[in-house]
Amino acid sequence: MFFIDPHIHMVSRTTADYEMLALSGVVAVSEPAFWAGFDRSPAGFVDYFRQLTEFEPVRAAQFGIDHYCWICLNPKEAEDLGKAREVLAEMPRFLDQPNVLGIGEIGLNKNTANEVKVFQQHVQMAIDAARRQTAGASPAMRHALILIHTPHLQDKLKGTRLILEMLKDFGNAIDPGRVLIDHVEEHTIGLVKEAGYWAGMTIYPISKATPQRAVDMMEMYGPERLCVNAAADWGVSDPLNTHRTMQEARRRGHPLPVLLDVFYNNPARFFGQNPRFKPKPMRMATL
Amino acid sequence: MAATITHPRPASETLDIYFLEMRAKLLEIGATLDRIDRSARPEEVVADPRLAFIREALAVLQSAGPERARRIEELYSLQ
Ligand SMILES: [Zn+2]
Repeated sequence: MFFIDPHIHMVSRTTADYEMLALSGVVAVSEPAFWAGFDRSPAGFVDYFRQLTEFEPVRAAQFGIDHYCWICLNPKEAEDLGKAREVLAEMPRFLDQPNVLGIGEIGLNKNTANEVKVFQQHVQMAIDAARRQTAGASPAMRHALILIHTPHLQDKLKGTRLILEMLKDFGNAIDPGRVLIDHVEEHTIGLVKEAGYWAGMTIYPISKATPQRAVDMMEMYGPERLCVNAAADWGVSDPLNTHRTMQEARRRGHPLPVLLDVFYNNPARFFGQNPRFKPKPMRMATL
Repeated sequence: MAATITHPRPASETLDIYFLEMRAKLLEIGATLDRIDRSARPEEVVADPRLAFIREALAVLQSAGPERARRIEELYSLQ
């Protein structure tokens, strides 16, 4: 079985992890920009964006893994509007880099007014990025892909609702099929999928979902527009939790083509809306 | 009875450390009961003593202490 890891923070992982991912069937990874565990200066972000666009693709390529990434100021550091202004000003040149899929992971952390403001600025930048590339002429202008982080634990429901409302305020300028809303759980997956967005489930057994509950959600809400990730980073996390979820689905008897869809084709379909993303959906031949 | 050892942390710290773990276990129980309901022929397990055990164990959790864990173990023990 091949995998596309739709959400992993490789800057926080070792090179041995790249090898382990390759050995376990991962052919491509998607790395959103996130919080480093401490607040950085605007200059620190420029270095981080260079790491994502220059260094990580080379490290991944040693193991035959395609490395893609997303650029943004994470919601946890969006509280400082001055810093947000400086970081957002640096972003456009990185959005043009060949391994960048779009803007993310933006979103909310504590659902504050400043986080809301910076979220809206990022969405506007995604819309403007497309206008820039199509010289403002095409009526079929499509905004840059957007990857959204929803808040943790007790803040998740309110934050997800707020995010959905804000996206709705952008009207036709936002195509829900080009937005993935991540870290959904039982109380938010329905809201996200019913509004037409892609949904991501993160396997953090203590604070988010377990493999078992993720497969339950896949059964209850359907595998369409659904991705599974382990969001492995510098915290307690395990890249193989994606594989454990596949294994849980397999032992329940879900057929391989469904598993291929959820763990490979769905990420390929969502990311593939940006022509920079190379892996294409696959079909399993019946023997 | 052998000498006991006092748990070294204050209750607030114990709650801090274990709250999310307890919450995750509750979610898992809820999801698993839902999964049984969504499975084919749920009527076949309505009277299963293991489900009765789960319900009784949940009642123990709602009761005052002490020794909730011991009482749940005893519920599940052959007499
Ligand atoms: Zn993340």
